[in-house]
This record gives sequence, C-alpha cells and structure tokens, in this order.
Amino acid sequence: MEFPSELKYTEEHEWIKIEDGNIAVIGITEFAQSELGDIVFVEVETVDEELEANEVFGTIEAVKTVSDLFLPANGKVLEFNEKLNDEPELVNTDPYGDGWIIKMEISDLADLDSLLDSETYKNQIGQ
Amino acid sequence: MTEVREVPLKHVHEALGAKMIPFAGFNMPVRYSSDLEEHMTVREGVGIFDVSHMGEFYLKGEGALDLIQRVSANDASVLYNGKAQYSYLPNESGGVVDDLLVYRIDEDEYMLVVNASNIEKDWNHIQKYNTGKVEMVDWSDDLCLFAVQGPKANATLQKLTHIPLDNVEYYTFTKGTFADVPNVILSATGYTGAGGFELYVPKETAEEVWNKIMEAGAEFEIKPIGLGARDTLRLEMGYCLYGNDITDQTSPLEAGLGWVTKFSKEFTNSEDLKAEKAAGLQNRLVGIELIDRGIPRSHYVICDAEGEKIGEITSGSMSPSLKKGIALGYVKKEFAKAGTEIYVEVRNKKLKAEVVKTPFVKAGV
Repeated sequence: MEFPSELKYTEEHEWIKIEDGNIAVIGITEFAQSELGDIVFVEVETVDEELEANEVFGTIEAVKTVSDLFLPANGKVLEFNEKLNDEPELVNTDPYGDGWIIKMEISDLADLDSLLDSETYKNQIGQ
Repeated sequence: MTEVREVPLKHVHEALGAKMIPFAGFNMPVRYSSDLEEHMTVREGVGIFDVSHMGEFYLKGEGALDLIQRVSANDASVLYNGKAQYSYLPNESGGVVDDLLVYRIDEDEYMLVVNASNIEKDWNHIQKYNTGKVEMVDWSDDLCLFAVQGPKANATLQKLTHIPLDNVEYYTFTKGTFADVPNVILSATGYTGAGGFELYVPKETAEEVWNKIMEAGAEFEIKPIGLGARDTLRLEMGYCLYGNDITDQTSPLEAGLGWVTKFSKEFTNSEDLKAEKAAGLQNRLVGIELIDRGIPRSHYVICDAEGEKIGEITSGSMSPSLKKGIALGYVKKEFAKAGTEIYVEVRNKKLKAEVVKTPFVKAGV
C-alpha cells in the first residue's frame, strides 16, 4: 500500500494535500478504502460551510458500512468532487488522485502541525 | 461471545487473500476481492462460499419426526427421503428461536441445519422438548459446508460426480461420492437465489473437495465469495437473516413466515400464533426500494409523508444488481401494500421510498 510522503494524514484515515497557499485537498487513504470495500456513495452537503476540525463534513458508504468523514482542520469547505456522484469507485481505484473528496480553505495552517506524516500514519495502521 | 473460533479452511481463505472478520463467533472470510464483484460473480457465473460455521444436528430415533413437529412450525410430515424444508423454531413468547433447514435422510433420521450464532441456544431449546427417545448428535464440528452458487454451479460440480445433478430438484438432496470423497451430501439449496448446491463434507476431506471445486470451476472463472456478498445476495432475494429481520422478539407471522407456519399440527406456541393471526397482524416485514438516492441501513426509521414513524429497517444495502438502495423493514400494516410510498430517515433527511414485492431481483432457481 502506498502512503505518499508529501501528504499529511489523520487518525481518521484521511489524507490532506496543501495545493496552493491555504487551499487543501482531502481524501481517504488507500488503507481506509481497502478496509471499507467497494465505495458506492459519497455524500457531501457542507460546501460553503465553515466547520471546525473534527466536525463531520460528509459520509462515505461502502456496500456494507457507512462512515463519517471528518474535517482535518478548521476551515471552509470549498468544493466537492462531483465526479464521485457517478463514479464513487474512484475512491477505491485512485484514492490519492481522481478519488479526492473535497477541497477546503484552512483557517490557520498551524493546525496542520498536529497531523501525522506518512511514516507515523503507517506505524499507526501497522503497515 | 467469549472466544472466536476458526473454520478448518482458515489457511486456505487467507492464502486467497480473504479479509477475515469475527461473525457469529467465528472468524469468517467477509471479502476476498470486492463485494460487488463477488456478488455479480454469483449472479452471472459461479462462486464458492465456505459457510462451515453453520450448525448441523443429526436426529435419530422413533420419535424424531414428533420432536421436529413439536419444535418447528412447518409440517415436516410431508418430507420424504431426500427432501429438505425451510422452517423455524418458534419460542414460547411469540418470537423466533432460529430459522433452519430440515432434511429427511431416512425414516426416523433427520438433519437440522441452524445458524452458527444459535447452535447452543437451538440445541438446548430442542433438547428441552426431547422426551428422551431421540438421539441427537451435534455434527457442527465434523462437517464443513460449502455453497456453490450461480448459473454455472451445476456445470462446475457435475465434473466431479456421476450423480446427475440436474435431476436433483430445488430443495431436495442426495448423498454420494463427490470428488472421490464418499458420503458428501449434495443439497440443491442456497441463500442466494442464484441456483446451485450446498455441500456437506466431512471435515477431513474438506480441503481436498474445496480445491477440486476451484479447479473444476476454473473454466467458468469460479471465485471464492465472502459473507459480504452473501448478505447482499440474500437481501436481493428478500430472504430473512436471523438476528436482523427475525429475532427472539419478532413475530414470525409479521416476518412473513406464515407460509412455513402450519396450524394443521400442534407446535411450540402454536395456540398463541393462531390467535395472533386471527386477531390480525399489526406490522409486516416488507421489501423497500429507495426512489431517492441513498442507502437504507439496519435500524433507520421508516416514516410516512407527514414524518410519523411507521417502522424500522432491519436489513439494508445498496443492491449490486439494481444499483439502488433496497431494504427489509417492518411497517404498520396500513403501509404494507406494494406500491405504498414511504420515507426512510437517512442522516436527518427523509428519502422517498416504495414498498415492493420481494424478491427484488428475479430468482435463478
């Protein structure tokens, strides 16, 4: 399994990539998608909302289970990956690429310091 | 549940890449590759399940039929040698101890196949009514159970036996040599609606049989199938799952088990069930298809257009065949008719749904 070193990770199995200034892309890790199995529905209805870190910004449904998605830092949800409406399986096939879930504006980049780097995340999941 | 038990072929599943999870007290393969792929493999080709966690009781003796008639709701007196029957064990307080299959092996010789999570409960329940004449043997640890299901199941299995399998009718079984192993029970039953067989195999030869089936099925691209797909397959057929749709508390009549409840004989709680039926059922277990986009799950609330609660989902999933949310759930009787518009609460939203007849998907048997 891959856990790109340029990404940050959360204990809730999300990854965060800083794109431009304080704009970040969020998705779930390869480990998370493999634990969940086939993703059949991704629902995000918080676009344009200001949320706090650890608040639920959406839900991801596999055939057998439903999981909440948690915002990794305080900020505003800017965009949902609309491709996932028709192709939720992109989360399985390309979790770090076309399977991204939201873009957000991070209020304070210092919040990112508490996130995990890829080595720490790998250790946490026993990889 | 104190200790999680292993099925004899654990190492085989692990070598096939199975993700194992504790289920009904056993570590079971939930998925080998993908739930959706495994599901469609069974609908369109052939898949093999290891469901050796299931329990098997052997009943022998003059009173065997009487005992079965006393504890189960269906009429086992209509069985003949080689005939199997779906039935359930009612409890004394209006609920269900378990659902099961009753196999008549011979006169005064039966096999009962019960759910893994209920083996001990069922055993004790049946023994309570056994007045001593019937010998009961727990075969659960000696037998492995493989379900080979799908439109290519018979073609796969036929390569391994001289028994003409197409002549074995649905819900009948035969015992014979299969894959060079004697005394395999080949039962034309299953929990998928996709056709095929369930094979009861002595534990010592189980791995050999599994491997030979995998080899024989290679030309049909046979795949091992996990419990995840087993659940979506049975849900598409509207089959009840014990622990979800039927429990110690649910009325078997409300659950739609009236067709296997035969008041022509006396059985545990039959008087109360008869009275319940006469008084009219208050709720019904119905099939539900979501019209709005979303996936119903167990325990989600069902409501009417005004938002009044009218019931609860007991099993729900995305249907891999239909690509929409389907469920079983109890609703008040006024809402039980097919075509009735209802709503399912999913994360504080009310999604439009419809009561439908089951099966959700046309059966292949």
